[in-house]
Amino acid sequence: MNITTLKENQYYILLIDGELDASSSITLDNALTEALSKKESKILVDCSRLNYISSAGLGVFMSYLQDFETEKISMVLYQVSEKVKNVFTILGLDSLIKIVANKDEAIGLMK
Amino acid sequence: MKKMMEKIKIACTTENLKDVRKFVNTTLSKLHIPENEINMIVLAVDEICANRIIHSNKSDKNNQLEVQISDRSEGLEFNIKDSGEFYDNTIQDDPNIPTLIKEKRKGGIGLMLVRRIMDTIEVKKEESYTTYTLFKKLNISHA
Repeated sequence: MNITTLKENQYYILLIDGELDASSSITLDNALTEALSKKESKILVDCSRLNYISSAGLGVFMSYLQDFETEKISMVLYQVSEKVKNVFTILGLDSLIKIVANKDEAIGLMK
Repeated sequence: MKKMMEKIKIACTTENLKDVRKFVNTTLSKLHIPENEINMIVLAVDEICANRIIHSNKSDKNNQLEVQISDRSEGLEFNIKDSGEFYDNTIQDDPNIPTLIKEKRKGGIGLMLVRRIMDTIEVKKEESYTTYTLFKKLNISHA
């Protein structure tokens, strides 16, 4: 799994490519820590190439929610496949983590 | 009906989880199980294997873990067996998600997922082996 980060205007974009499991979730953890340390306040997570997620990946997203709330950081996931979204839905995490259809909608939520 | 029994053995490292997922996916695809069901079952098996590899085997590549899939009446049985430290995490209650978030915890939800996907989860210790047995009710059709 690879994560590419890029800055587009005020948006910090993480593009996750591959499978997010117990072996690779550390890469996401490092990318989110980096975003936090850079004081990025608008994080977009492009999931169009994310083809698997296990609890290790969910756990990493969850573990930042508290800090993001305190620091007033928005994070939105977009272009999440049905397969991956189902995993968020099983535990009701889709109501705690913002998941939208596409990048425009994600940006719309941050305005 | 033709009975099926397939297995895979891996060294205890999380890099091998993808091989387990591929094995479960390939085996279940032959049984004409709906894709969404397959995805969920792959996830449940991955979760137990990841737990066993990390917590009971401390990611020791010298230890091995075996996943076996067998036909049972009305469904499929998944046996995950290794010789790591015995630990039965099924005795724990599900954690409270808002509490996990508040405590910034990364772990603790794997078994919750497995409980929601599988019909039963049993843990047994036999000699030096721990076996997790997951059962999922399914209509199986052999090609």
